[in-house]
Amino acid sequence: MNSIILRAGTRYLSALLLVFSLYMLLRGHNEPGGGFIGGLIGAIGFVLFAIASGVADARRSLRVQPQNIAMVGLGIALIAGIAAALFGDDLFTGQWLFLGAALGEKGLPLSTVLVFDIGVYLVVFGSILTLVFAMEEEI
Amino acid sequence: MSWILAAPLVLPFLTAVLSFLWRHSPAGRRISVAGNVALLVAAGALLAAVLDEGVVAGQMGGWAAPFGITLVADYLGAAMAMITAITALATALYAMGDIDEHKAGLGFHALFNVLIGGVTGAFLTGDLFNLYVWFEVMLISSFGLLVLGASRAQIDGGIKYVTLNLISTILFLSGVGLLYGMTGTLNMADLARVVPALEDQGLVTTVAMLFMIAFGVKAAVFPLFFWLPASYHTPAYAVSAVFAGLLTKVGVYALIRVFTMIFTEDTGYTHTILLWVAGLTMITGVLGAAAQNDMRKILSFHIVSQIGYMVLGLALYTPLAVAGAVFYVVHHIIVKANLFLIAGIAERAAGSSDLARIGGLYKSAPLLGALFLVPAFSLAGFPPLSGFWAKYVLVAAALDVQGWLVAGVALLVGALTIYSMTKIWAEAFWKAHPDGVEPKLTRIGTAQRRWLLAPVIGLAALTMLIGLFPQPFIGFAETAAQQLLDPSDYIRTVLGADALPMPADLAEEAS
Repeated sequence: MNSIILRAGTRYLSALLLVFSLYMLLRGHNEPGGGFIGGLIGAIGFVLFAIASGVADARRSLRVQPQNIAMVGLGIALIAGIAAALFGDDLFTGQWLFLGAALGEKGLPLSTVLVFDIGVYLVVFGSILTLVFAMEEEI
Repeated sequence: MSWILAAPLVLPFLTAVLSFLWRHSPAGRRISVAGNVALLVAAGALLAAVLDEGVVAGQMGGWAAPFGITLVADYLGAAMAMITAITALATALYAMGDIDEHKAGLGFHALFNVLIGGVTGAFLTGDLFNLYVWFEVMLISSFGLLVLGASRAQIDGGIKYVTLNLISTILFLSGVGLLYGMTGTLNMADLARVVPALEDQGLVTTVAMLFMIAFGVKAAVFPLFFWLPASYHTPAYAVSAVFAGLLTKVGVYALIRVFTMIFTEDTGYTHTILLWVAGLTMITGVLGAAAQNDMRKILSFHIVSQIGYMVLGLALYTPLAVAGAVFYVVHHIIVKANLFLIAGIAERAAGSSDLARIGGLYKSAPLLGALFLVPAFSLAGFPPLSGFWAKYVLVAAALDVQGWLVAGVALLVGALTIYSMTKIWAEAFWKAHPDGVEPKLTRIGTAQRRWLLAPVIGLAALTMLIGLFPQPFIGFAETAAQQLLDPSDYIRTVLGADALPMPADLAEEAS
C-alpha cells in the first residue's frame, strides 16, 4: 500500500507498539499481560510496518529471519525449564533471585519464569511474523 | 525421579531448535540423528527404571498431583516411549538419504523432532488436558511435515488431514471440559479413582463416547478412518513412515489408556461398541487395500485394518486380550514404519510406487526383496515373525471368551492381508519391469543407499528378534495389561501411598 500518511504514522506507531509490547511482557507476571500477549503486540508493530512499507523493508529492518526468532525463543523457554536441574528441582520449577532484598523489602525479583516468558514472547513474535510475511509475499 | 521422565521430552525439542538453526548446512541433519540417539538412550534409561520399580511418576514444576502436570511411565508408557525413540532414530537415519536440501532448508528436521516430542509427551503424560496439548503439538508439526514442499497432492491430503483431526480435537476438548466439570480433576490417576464413584454413570458413559470418537478419529477406526488413506501417500517417505508407525498408535494408546483406567463402569456398552468397531475396521481396511494399486495406498489401508486388531484387544477386555493389544501396537509400529521405508527405496530404485509401472525388483535387488518379506509376512502373521505371535495372542483371547465371530474375522483378515502383500510382491518384485529398466539398488548413490538401507535392516532385525524370542515381550505386555486393568500401583505412585482406598470425604463429594 502506497500511502504517505500511513508510512509516516507507522514510524511512530511501530516504535510505540514495540515498547508497549516489552511493557506488557514485563508486567505480565502478576498483572494481565505476559509473553504471549506481548509477542502479539510486538508482531503487530512489524505487521503494520510491512503493510506500510512492504515486506522486503520489514524483513530488512528485522535483520533476522522470523522463523529463527521463534526457534531461538523455543530454545530459551526450554533452557528456562531445564535450569531447574542445576538446583535439583523438577523440570520447569521456577528459580527466584531477589536482588537487593532486605528485611521486609522484596528487592528486585528475577526468575526463570521471566526467562520462560521471554522465550514465549519470541516464539509468538517469530511465528506470527513468519506467517504474515509469507502470506503478504504470496499476495 | 522426575528428570528421567523429563529427558525424553526435553531432548526432541532441544534437537528441533538446534537442527532448525543449522537447517541450511549438513550439520542440521547430523544434529537430528545425534539428538535421536540421545533420545534412545534416555528412553532406555526410563524403561530400565520402570522395569525396576513398576511405575515412575514425576511432578513438573514441583506442583503436587493432582494440581500440577504429572508425567507418569508405567510399563505401557515406557514401552511406547522406547518404541517411539527406535522409530525416530530409524527415520532420522533414513532422512539423511531421503530428505533433500530444499526440504531440510524448510525445516524438516525441526518439525520431525517436534513431532517426536509430541508423541513422546502423549505417551508419558498423566494428565488428560496435557494429553490434549500434546495432541495439538503433534497435529501442528505433522501438518507442517505433510505439506512440506507444497505439491498439489500434498496440500489436498493435508487439508483433509487437518480438518478431520481438528474435529477430533474439538470433541476431545469438549470431553475434557465436561469431565472436569463432573469431577474437578483431569489427572488420570485421580480420575481413575473418582470416576467410578460418580453417581450419574449415564453421563460418564456419554462423555466416554466423546472420547471414543475423538480418539477413534486419531486412531483411524471404522467409520472415521477416511482421512488416513487420503493423506498418507502424499508426503516424503520418511514422513509417511513416521506417521504410519506412530501417529495412529497415539490414538490407540489413548483409547487403551482411558478405556482401561477411567471409563470402566459400563463396559457392556462401551466395549461392545469397540468390538463392533474393531471388526468393521479390520474388514474395511483390508478390503480397501485390496482395491488399491499403489504401494503406499495399499500400506495406508493396511494401517487401518491393523488398528482393528489393537482395538479388538481392548474391546475383549480380558488381561490376555489387553496384553495382546499392547504387544500388537509395539510389533505393528516397527513393521509398518519399515514397510513404508522399503516402499521409499523401491520407488527410488524402480521409479514409481504405482504397481503397474514397476517390477523386476527381486531379480535386480534381491536384498530389498528379502528385506520386504520380513515385515510383509510379519504383517500378515506368518510364523515365526512378530506378527504371528501378536495375532496368536489376540485370537486366543477372543476364543477364550467364546468370541467365535471376531476370532474368525481376525483370521480372515490375516488371510486377506497375505493377498495384498503377495500382490505387492508379485507386481513390484516378481514381474519384469514394464519399461525394461533394471531397478538395481546401485541406481541410488552409495552414501545415500547406506543411509536408506541401514534403518530398514535394523527394523527388520528387530522384527525377527521379537518373532524368535517372543516370551520376554509377551511377558512384558502381560504386566502392562495387569497395570492397566488394576491401576492401583499407578494411582499410589502418582497421588501418594494413602490415595487408595479413596478418602471418605472425597467419595461423598463425588456422589
